[in-house]
Amino acid sequence: MRDVRILEIKQSVFADNDRQADELRCELKEKGVFLLNLMSAPGSGKTTTLMKTIEALKDKVKIGVMEADIDSDVDARTIAKSGAKVIQLHTGGMCHLDAAMTRQGLEGLETGDVELAILENVGNLVCPAEFDTGASKNAMILSVPEGHDKPLKYPLMFSVCDVVLVNKIDVLPYFDFDMDKCREYVLMRNPNAKIIPICAKTGEGIDKWTNWLLEQVESWRSKS
Amino acid sequence: MHELGVVFHIMDSLEKVAAENQVQGISKVVLELGEVSTVIESYLQSCWKWAAKKRELFGEAELEVIKLPALTYCENCRQTYPTVEYGKICPHCQSPDTWLLQGNEFNIKEIEVY
Repeated sequence: MRDVRILEIKQSVFADNDRQADELRCELKEKGVFLLNLMSAPGSGKTTTLMKTIEALKDKVKIGVMEADIDSDVDARTIAKSGAKVIQLHTGGMCHLDAAMTRQGLEGLETGDVELAILENVGNLVCPAEFDTGASKNAMILSVPEGHDKPLKYPLMFSVCDVVLVNKIDVLPYFDFDMDKCREYVLMRNPNAKIIPICAKTGEGIDKWTNWLLEQVESWRSKS
Repeated sequence: MHELGVVFHIMDSLEKVAAENQVQGISKVVLELGEVSTVIESYLQSCWKWAAKKRELFGEAELEVIKLPALTYCENCRQTYPTVEYGKICPHCQSPDTWLLQGNEFNIKEIEVY
C-alpha cells in the first residue's frame, strides 16, 4: 500500500484563468490597448458586424482583429479585406478562448500601435462566457432568427456582457421575435446591459454601436 | 460542452500544486460541482478518463464529484428556495427580485496524493 496523503486545494477551477485575465487587463490598460471580446452563436453575424465596425472606426482608431475558430481562416481572410490588421487563432478543437490564449493572440498581433483590439471569440453561447479573456468590455450579438428567448436559455452569456447587439433587424417582419420581451429578458439577467438593435447588412443602428464603442475606447485610454 | 477544456485547466493547476508539494502521483481528485454550473458530470468523467491517461501524474487518478444543490435567495421575502424547481421567480411571494445563493460553484476541493 502506498503512503497516501490529502492536499486541500479549495480553489475555483476558474481561479487560475481569472487571475491571468486580471493581469492581462492591467497590462493592456497600461499600454492603452482596449480589448473587446465579441461573442455570439455561430451565424449570428459577428464577422459582418465587424466589417461594418471597422469601416466606421478605421479613421478614428488603430484596429487589430483576432479571429478565433476551431479551424479554417475564412473569417480572417474576410476581415483582411477591410484593411485592418488581422490574425487567425486556432483553438485546436477547444470551444472557447481563455486568458492565456488571448495573450498569445495579442502577441501575434503585435499590439504596438493598436488602440482597439477586437477578439472574435468562437461561435458558442456557453463556454466563452465562463472564461474571462482579460477583455476591457464584453459584447455579444443575438440575431433575430435565434429568438427573443435566448437570454433565458443562456443566462451566463447575457450576464457577463456589457452590450448586447440585436442583429438582423431587417428580417423582423418575418420572425416571431418580440423586441420588448427580448429587452425584458436581457435586463432580467443583467440590469446594466446596453441593448442596441442593428442590421449589419444594411448598416442600420451601426452608428449607435460604434459611437458607444468609441466612447468606451476613449474612456479606457484616458483614465489613468 | 467545454468539459475537456476544464479538465485540462484542472490538470494544469494541479500539476503546479504537485510540483510545489513534491508529489509523485495523484490517486484521486475531489471536485465540488454546483447543480446549475454549466458542467455536466458524465461528460466530465469521460473527458477525465481520456485526458488522465495522457499525463503521467494522473495515470490512475479517480475523479470524485460532490454535487452542491442550487439555492436562490429572494430579496423581497428573504426566503430561499430550490433554483432548479422554481427558477427566477420566488415561489413564496412571486417576486422576480432573486439571486443565486449557491449552485454555480466549480471548485477543486482536495486531492489524494502519494
